[in-house]
Amino acid sequence: MLGIPLPVILGQLTLGLVNGSFYALLSLGLAVIFGLLGIVNFAHGAFYMLGAFAAYIALQAFGVNYWFALILAPCAVGLLGVLIERLLLRRLYSQDPLYGLLLTFGVALIAEGFMRDRFGSSGKSYPVPEQLHGVFHLGFMVLPIYRAWVVLASLSVCGVTWFLIERTRLGATLRAATENARLVQAFGINVPLMVTLTYGAGVALAALAGVLAAPVVQVSPLMGSSLVIVVFAVVVIGGMGSIGGAILSGVGLGLIEGLTKVIYPEASNIVVFVIMALVLIWRPAGLFGRE
Amino acid sequence: MKYVSRHAASAVALGSILTVFASRPAAAAGEQVVIGSLDDLSGVYADAGGQGDIEAANMAIADFGGTVLGKKIVLLSADHQNKPDIGASKFREWVDQNGLNMLLGGSNTGVSIAMAKVAAAKKVPFIAIGAGGASLTGADCTAYSVHYAYDTTALANGTASVIVKGGGKNWYFITADYAFGTQLQDAATRVVTANGGKVLGAVRAPLGTTDYSSFLLQAQGSGAQVLGLANAGTDFSNSLKAAAEFGITKSMKPAALLAFISDIHSLTLETAQGLYLTTAWYWDLNAETREFGKRFLAKMKKEPTMDHAAYYSATMQYLKAVQAVGSTDADKVMAELKQTKINDMFTKNGYIRADGLMVHDMYVMQVKTPAESKYPWDYYKVIKVMSGEEADGPQPDPACPLVKR
Repeated sequence: MLGIPLPVILGQLTLGLVNGSFYALLSLGLAVIFGLLGIVNFAHGAFYMLGAFAAYIALQAFGVNYWFALILAPCAVGLLGVLIERLLLRRLYSQDPLYGLLLTFGVALIAEGFMRDRFGSSGKSYPVPEQLHGVFHLGFMVLPIYRAWVVLASLSVCGVTWFLIERTRLGATLRAATENARLVQAFGINVPLMVTLTYGAGVALAALAGVLAAPVVQVSPLMGSSLVIVVFAVVVIGGMGSIGGAILSGVGLGLIEGLTKVIYPEASNIVVFVIMALVLIWRPAGLFGRE
Repeated sequence: MKYVSRHAASAVALGSILTVFASRPAAAAGEQVVIGSLDDLSGVYADAGGQGDIEAANMAIADFGGTVLGKKIVLLSADHQNKPDIGASKFREWVDQNGLNMLLGGSNTGVSIAMAKVAAAKKVPFIAIGAGGASLTGADCTAYSVHYAYDTTALANGTASVIVKGGGKNWYFITADYAFGTQLQDAATRVVTANGGKVLGAVRAPLGTTDYSSFLLQAQGSGAQVLGLANAGTDFSNSLKAAAEFGITKSMKPAALLAFISDIHSLTLETAQGLYLTTAWYWDLNAETREFGKRFLAKMKKEPTMDHAAYYSATMQYLKAVQAVGSTDADKVMAELKQTKINDMFTKNGYIRADGLMVHDMYVMQVKTPAESKYPWDYYKVIKVMSGEEADGPQPDPACPLVKR
């Protein structure tokens, strides 16, 4: 294929799958928050960064290992999300969505600035957990065990979240509340509380992605800002608000990006946006979005 | 779209900077000696320079006594956010409104090239410190710019030549896809081929790439022995980290073409051990460097990088020149700077040659293993000391118009 040996293609596709499942997990939280609450959460990258730092701080200060951090960090950051929703975002629901975007963007700048002041711009190293040291020899490449774990963990969380929202009674109520909040409230359901918890859950998903990424990339204050735009593009391509669409386009774009890195590396950071432009021309609602 | 958001971010950040500096009283020219510092205070290079640079300049001013020629020495500083337009316009504004006498430049080659043009137009001395691009004293040189700490030529002559001569003949580069990265790769390629080595391939990774695994896989597939990292900051950290994770550092020897001690500190020795790199300065070289390190550590809670030490040295050197000529006149000060040997904790017998390059010793280092490191920040062992002439070539760069004349 294009004069590139098959093992190279297979290797890049494997790495594309790793990155893709990671994109899927990040865009999932964004899609949940947008799809159910209509908030364009620009602070998603910052929450991802805070998740990674929460794991780092927990390890350094309290000796909390990776596996506990995987649960504790999303809870802590999710709680912060709950506070932000209660104290700030809530006041903007009656306004144009643009205000929510500006507010979350501001929150992201504050969080990044604060962490940079505390930890410096070059970031910190988080060790790979002992149980996941080592590599798999796949024949055409070596795959670190940790990366395989990232794929497994991301895709399972994606699957569970999709199932919760699309196939359970809780998910049905949530979706109904977004369609017609007053009607659902009339059935005795506390809609404002549901909204708060949904935002918190979306934020926790970003933080979980942060913990998963911590051993692989440098834990740095700016780690989220470079990623959040790509993830937004993934969500737009998948169809704003479509949970399944976000997951599928996340994985798909990871694969395409992986191939671009072999064929024309210079374009690897824009290929996602080229695809986004094309998709928006042909299907303005995204691949899986409903008009 | 990444850039769209960066622009939005900088618009917000710029707004906040402007409000901070608007409140600063404009200095009446003549009553004060005004030194400016434009640096990356918030981005990926802020650890190598940033607040530490400002602190180092302030230390030099305090050590000098706070006044020169009976005038108070004032330090202005702002964040250029790695954007050439911001750097150049801030520089111009300080000259026009604040009576700026000299500018110190932090990281980023692109920004420094833009600021050098302003220095030439406004006839104000500009000392570039954190930027690497050798073109600052080549095609982009001016009569008022000095390149103080290190350049891409010296980095390549250090790390690349030591590795090629040690048997690492076949190279593969991972290069940051912008001016600095490509200048660094070109310089290293010249060194590799001149010493009988071969470059088997190179990949240009966009600036700010977080996942380097695909590029590393390509590097491994090339069969090269040496992995040349022509990048810096988080790009460097992330590429090296992934190389260790994929086991590539076992089959290939990684070579850092630019790494600061702050990078090594954040990567930890576990990941960075064995790495070769070139630096202009290290805190643990001798009693003088340790003394400066100790003072800096007390204030900043970290050992200084070569940029920090150079900031101190350059500030001191400028003030001494002003003292010696009894004036802040740019031409007189530049002439004094170019004829004075530099002898301080940063370097011994350094001198500024015709094209503006400060020629001084450079050190090729190897990062210690965790077992070899005996105390905090004990990170490097000296592999080779290069004289300035060896690092940068014996002649000024002919591409610089000043040299032809």
